[in-house]
Amino acid sequence: MANSRFDLWVGLFVVVGVAALFFLAFQVSGAASARVTGETIQVVAYFDNIGGLKVKAPVKSAGVLVGRVTAIRLDPSTYRAEVTMAISRAVPFPKDTSAAILTAGLLGEQYVGLEAGAESEMLQDGDRIAVTQSAVVLEKLVGQFLVQRSAE
Amino acid sequence: MNRGEALLLEVGAFSRRLVTRVGRASLFLGAVLRRSQMPFARPRLLLREIYTAGVLTLSIVVVSGGFVGLVLGLQGYDTLQRFGSETALGSVVALSLLRELGPVIAALLFASRAGSAMTAEIGLMKATEQLDAMEVMAVDPIARVIAPKFWGGVLVMPLLAAVFSAVGVLGGWFIGVVVIGVDEGTFWSQMQGAVSWEEDVAGGVIKSAVFGVVVTWIALYQGWSCRPTAEGVSQAITRTVVLGALAVLAADFVLTAFMFIGV
Repeated sequence: MANSRFDLWVGLFVVVGVAALFFLAFQVSGAASARVTGETIQVVAYFDNIGGLKVKAPVKSAGVLVGRVTAIRLDPSTYRAEVTMAISRAVPFPKDTSAAILTAGLLGEQYVGLEAGAESEMLQDGDRIAVTQSAVVLEKLVGQFLVQRSAE
Repeated sequence: MNRGEALLLEVGAFSRRLVTRVGRASLFLGAVLRRSQMPFARPRLLLREIYTAGVLTLSIVVVSGGFVGLVLGLQGYDTLQRFGSETALGSVVALSLLRELGPVIAALLFASRAGSAMTAEIGLMKATEQLDAMEVMAVDPIARVIAPKFWGGVLVMPLLAAVFSAVGVLGGWFIGVVVIGVDEGTFWSQMQGAVSWEEDVAGGVIKSAVFGVVVTWIALYQGWSCRPTAEGVSQAITRTVVLGALAVLAADFVLTAFMFIGV
């Protein structure tokens, strides 16, 4: 009798503890929603300036999550940023799709926005996105604005 | 003998005692680890320790976690709204709980609730010569009494810290979303965007496992090595709580420096 009481309470304790871990994993850290499910293809895009883009930043098209940034490095020959992305195989994008680095909200995190093109051929694993638009750097905008004002 | 010499003598004797104590405690831990087959061969022993160390500590952990979460919600909101970024409340609450407050406060509560009980039990068994009696009966007291307590404490600690953090997040949610009226969707999505599974959640679990080892080790060694008198046992219990708390805070600093900042 005493033994089964221990079993009951220990069982309850373990269930509560594991439930707490699951809650932390899925509701708090969003491990499930953060992962792009299913098979992915790797595509590369070169940007003049990536601003504050980070690895694991979302890749979105029309605001819907379709992939994640997997690697960022500086191409030593062109001095442009090489951004590698894993995008879902379930949503094929045309070859002339363009990529832009956008900001969520005024000061939010930066993400890659894909704008689908019109070609019938689709992007394959290892392909390169040719048309890119760099991140808007606030300091540059302010600089341009000041130059314009002083020219007037 | 002049005063300088006496001071040196004092420092020397202190260092010798310190090294001896650390060495004895390490030998004790080694002996516990070497004789750890019994709690796994007889899970009933382990279950009993999980009950006393874990189940009985759960209520205080839940209540404290709730209050810490409520306070974090209030204080976090008050600070964040000065910068107009009260939407970040979710990530502030979750990150501070998962990385620091959950493991550390749960370990402090564990040291005072379960650690002191372990020390008292072993100290009293020693004072009433039950440990000697076991040896006479050819029962190894380390394998039979100490090892199950050690593994019980080590297994229980990460679960307690997880419960603390989870209840704390719910407390922060209650204040932020229900009482103050931060948007519910923003609260959770900000949190999920800021908290990473590998770094924050797993980091907290690793931290609390280390704290479990440290606190249980201190509690068991204090009980094992105490003077077998009423006064000796009470001093050992005090040392368990004080040393346990200090060791947790010091270990937390070292672990944080390595895990999150990457020194």
